[in-house]
Amino acid sequence: MKIHEYQARDIFREHGVRVPGGKAVGTPSEAHRAAEEIGAPVMVKSQVHVGGRGKAGGIQYVKELSDVEKTAGQVLGMEIKGLVVKKVLISKAVDIATEAYVGMLLDRDQKRLTLIVSPAGGVDIEEVARTEPEKIFRYTVDPTVGFRPYAARWLASKLYDDPRLIKEAAGIIRKMYDAFVASDASLAEINPLITTPSGEVWAIDSKINVDDSALFRQPKIAEMRDLDAELPAETKARENGLSYVPLDGTIGCLVNGAGLAMATMDVIKHYGAEPANFLDIGGSSSPEKVVAALDILTSDKKVRAILFNIFGGITRCDDVANGIRQAFEARPTDLPVVIRLHGTNEEEAKKIMEEAGYTTLTSMDEAVRKVVEVAKGGQS
Amino acid sequence: MSILVDNDTRLVVQGITGRDGAFHTRQMIEYGTKVVAGVTPGKGGQKMDDVPIFDSVREAVEGTKANTSVIFVPPAFATDAMYESVEAGIKTIICITEGIPALDMIGVYDAIQRNGVRMVGPNCPGVISPGKAKVGIMPGPIHALGPVGVVSRSGTLTYEVVDSLMQVGLGQSTCIGVGGDPIVGSSFLDLLPLFESDPETKGIVLIGEIGGTEEERAADYIASHMKKPVVSFIAGRTAPPGKRMGHAGAIIAGGKGTAEEKMAALKKAGVPVAEIPSEIGPLMKKALGG
Repeated sequence: MKIHEYQARDIFREHGVRVPGGKAVGTPSEAHRAAEEIGAPVMVKSQVHVGGRGKAGGIQYVKELSDVEKTAGQVLGMEIKGLVVKKVLISKAVDIATEAYVGMLLDRDQKRLTLIVSPAGGVDIEEVARTEPEKIFRYTVDPTVGFRPYAARWLASKLYDDPRLIKEAAGIIRKMYDAFVASDASLAEINPLITTPSGEVWAIDSKINVDDSALFRQPKIAEMRDLDAELPAETKARENGLSYVPLDGTIGCLVNGAGLAMATMDVIKHYGAEPANFLDIGGSSSPEKVVAALDILTSDKKVRAILFNIFGGITRCDDVANGIRQAFEARPTDLPVVIRLHGTNEEEAKKIMEEAGYTTLTSMDEAVRKVVEVAKGGQS
Repeated sequence: MSILVDNDTRLVVQGITGRDGAFHTRQMIEYGTKVVAGVTPGKGGQKMDDVPIFDSVREAVEGTKANTSVIFVPPAFATDAMYESVEAGIKTIICITEGIPALDMIGVYDAIQRNGVRMVGPNCPGVISPGKAKVGIMPGPIHALGPVGVVSRSGTLTYEVVDSLMQVGLGQSTCIGVGGDPIVGSSFLDLLPLFESDPETKGIVLIGEIGGTEEERAADYIASHMKKPVVSFIAGRTAPPGKRMGHAGAIIAGGKGTAEEKMAALKKAGVPVAEIPSEIGPLMKKALGG
């Protein structure tokens, strides 16, 4: 789960990372009041879940207090990569002498946490990794050793030559690590970590992504979810325990299992059409879940036909068929529907569907070819 | 032969009295798996059907010589369950539970490495050696004993591929779902050598998906170390970057982990890559000289 910069900054601050004072607000007049408290000059920073905010004009430096309201008014409501800015962070502007990068992530290859630092901060770090790999430094934490002070000093020494700055930065990196672990993060970044002309080190931009699987033990962070940052269909899917990702195509698909759902999308593409979504209903056959899934698919105006792809295992096909039948009774649709049922209790399931007036297919390829055909103008 | 589970498997089910644990225990017994014990703290001394229940894995091992554990415990307690199995001396652990925090898995992975434990999962369908033992939640009847090893990051997609193998008359030596999480106990790289040295396995199907670099690493290993034929399918060619596709580990992050990169790496290693899952059966048959 992504959280906003101001939320990540609060988490860092709680763990002692030095971040500038600031406040997140939703209106220009609140922005003015916040700037009054903090003292100009300030930064007006859009709070949206995308990178490249600065380039898009979503981060503005405002020198005079009297201009804050106007600038905040421009940034609020701005659209950045398809997302509308609903909140801005009003933050104390700090003079910058140097900019560095500090990041840490769950390293899948090492199966450990890895910290990454670079003296080339304030820019896209992946770009630095491509063009100047010699400026990237990594340290992977051995879980039986832990993240020790010497390791933090080594990383900090790659950023600065001045021993005083190294000591300060090492402290910030250690506190950032504590914040990472305490909040069950999967990724955390300070970009840039800056020094001021007078020799202070500050974390200017804060980013934390949190492991979805850990939200059950992170109630405070779970509440930080910004419903404005997701589509209503995504919210509905999440609340009903469905995995859903909207796409651009015309074939709505409803599948049991994530891998099979992905493969179904690929097969749709293989036969010349585009999937409208990824949707995994999981192992459940409850009619409520299928109804919720159908609501999501039919509310997508791009959808021209619907494909059910069910491989019955422990979840029996006849249970799923009953769920589908009840769902269609509750939510009749004019869209053509193709149902593929294979596996455990397939025959009983087909009977249930046929009695309800639906034809079913056994082969996934055949079902996909059929749904592609009907979506292109034929009838089911 | 086969790998990981077979007729010598003596299984202890952690979380045997839970809804899923009880249901799948019965399914596994029906398939012929030797389920020798169950563990539910506080219910030691009771029985589930004919299976004795213990308060701890250690007592279960002492009482029944269990050598393999399967975990059906909810995510908040599953980390503890994995460590408990490791400390009780179990050498093969299969964790079905989905939704375990990734940071917990760093410690668990370290512990299994230090203790010489083989773990499959979490967030996986388990392992089946057809005709011998089923440790997990996959449907038994779709499988049959045969020469093909299957290793996959998915559940139902694996069943689809097994179905494709059966269409061309190919049974399986062992089928393993490694799990859909970013950090799992065994990856392709850990399991391919076992299949390579298993005399009953003549060819291997590798089912990958977007996210991470396990497929690329597997491709390197196949090119340099394997004589047996491998065929593959990679799910998620149509998946958009930055979006988690159901599995916690199925995400293209920072431009890395795309299906194209994985398919290219496998093809370069001489592995035929299926365009769609139903091609797997025919490709494997061809690779085995059929």
